[in-house]
Amino acid sequence: MTPLASVPAPPATPAPSLGSGIRVRVARVHRTFPGGVEALDGVELDITPGSFVALVGPSGCGKSTLLRIIAGLDEATSGGVELVPAVGQAEAWRAPIAYVFQDAHLLPWRSVLDNAALPLELSGVSRSEREAAARQVLAQVGLGDFTARYPAELSGGMRMRVSLARALVTRPRLLLMDEPFAAVDELTRGRLDDQLRALWHELGMTVLFVTHSLSEAAWLAERVVVFSRRPARVVRDRALELPRERTAALRLEPAFAREVQVLSEVLERGGG
Amino acid sequence: MVRGLLLRSFPPLVALCALLALWEVLVRAFGVRAFLLPPPSAVFATGVRDAGQLASSAWVTAEAALIGFGLSAVAGVLGAVVLASSRLLERALYPYTIFLQTVPIVAVAPLLVLWFGPGQRAVAASAFIVSVFPVIANTLSGLRSVEPALRDLFRLYGARRLATLLKLELPGALPHIFTGLRIASGLAVIGAIVGEFVAGFSEGTAGLGILVLAAYRQLRTDLMFAAVLCASGLGIVLFGVVSLAGARLLRRWHPSAS
Ligand SMILES: Nc1ncnc2c1ncn2[C@@H]1O[C@H](COP(=O)(O)OP(=O)(O)OP(=O)(O)O)[C@@H](O)[C@H]1O
Ligand SMILES: [Mg+2]
Repeated sequence: MTPLASVPAPPATPAPSLGSGIRVRVARVHRTFPGGVEALDGVELDITPGSFVALVGPSGCGKSTLLRIIAGLDEATSGGVELVPAVGQAEAWRAPIAYVFQDAHLLPWRSVLDNAALPLELSGVSRSEREAAARQVLAQVGLGDFTARYPAELSGGMRMRVSLARALVTRPRLLLMDEPFAAVDELTRGRLDDQLRALWHELGMTVLFVTHSLSEAAWLAERVVVFSRRPARVVRDRALELPRERTAALRLEPAFAREVQVLSEVLERGGG
Repeated sequence: MVRGLLLRSFPPLVALCALLALWEVLVRAFGVRAFLLPPPSAVFATGVRDAGQLASSAWVTAEAALIGFGLSAVAGVLGAVVLASSRLLERALYPYTIFLQTVPIVAVAPLLVLWFGPGQRAVAASAFIVSVFPVIANTLSGLRSVEPALRDLFRLYGARRLATLLKLELPGALPHIFTGLRIASGLAVIGAIVGEFVAGFSEGTAGLGILVLAAYRQLRTDLMFAAVLCASGLGIVLFGVVSLAGARLLRRWHPSAS
């Protein structure tokens, strides 16, 4: 994999202390769409600041809907979501949330640098400041040499990394990822997972990661939440009993296989 | 690149030469009178002899067509932005923009003379009316085709309405806008010629439309042909320039990257 750059000097903007993710409290959230489709049926979650939580569930059960509600892009029909900043960081951050979609969704008319800098540009950060921040975060995802390229000139995996860089450029305290690496090949996905874990260690934000791959969920996350079939309810919510250090070798260990096995059983039963 | 172009333009060129040769032979063989259908050689000779007249007429028409086209581009894009700003506005006004497409320009042209007086302004107005609709329609569909995920992204970062328009919707609509402009470029020349038929009389050099009319009155069919060829040549050049500009602008990102 592309080696991660060593952490460069802190950006000009005031950075919060690392390890200060926000806490997410989802309280009895229901969502019924106009037209009657019920997507969420009283979802209850309390996400520890700075943790990495995977969300899995049957296709179409309401995972994206939940992420959108947490991001403020959709509204709960009843119940609510509370984002609790860590002590001392409070108001300083205007855009503490970032969202990564299944596809990279870059702006094809912008260079890699300008794509990564977009969130800062929209919140009015000066050009020199946002470009410095974008360069730094692009180096972190291993794209330091590609800042002048255009999305059409990149591979799918590289585009996904630009998308990740764009999400990280605001130093979000909460990173919402909706099946982000589903569209890339297996090998690339493994590398991206690796890189994401490393970035999470380094930056310490809270991560909510939706995926269809149970082994990806088990390898990445500290805790996995399993949802029922639509309308989604939480059927299992538990920390994994795996070492904090995730290596490629872990994927071959019996303990890992056992966790994946348990998850897949819960998923099968939970829907029924 | 150049070789590819030569290879690709070879078949149509051969077809053209064959057609012209056939035309020449048939006209001579059956002794068709020149005012009904002049042989290509006569049209060519006229084109060379009256090159000065044709060129200055073409320039007059081109100017009016360009003014009309420019107005279409600006008003069409702005109009579409206004329509796209609210569903209500679009539903209220869009049906009437279709009126622009269906208006019989020949019938309206006298009105343009009344409003603008004979001459370039009326001719340009005619070019504008004929060419503005495709710009509105295509820009509108481009503005509407922005991916919902990107809208979400802009919302998430608190982008203002104007920033969303300038940084997301308009650039995203550019391929559609250029489709509209390409169609409009050909139509603007047609609109200018039609406009000249009715409103082109004024002091100074006559445009191609007037030249066609004058040649018709004198039964100089060879000159008519030459003028018509110039008119379509004008349309092709404008179309080519717009296409080229679009291709240059979109070159780096057209291999649709999502
Ligand atoms: N805006 C909407 N209007 C109406 N129904 C919707 C809307 N968005 C989603 N739905 C419906 O809500 C249900 C849950 O959708 P959602 O996208 O949240 O599922 P998901 O778990 O993310 O699925 P997948 O795993 O396929 O991504 C689906 O049945 C979907 O059709
Ligand atoms: Mg989904």
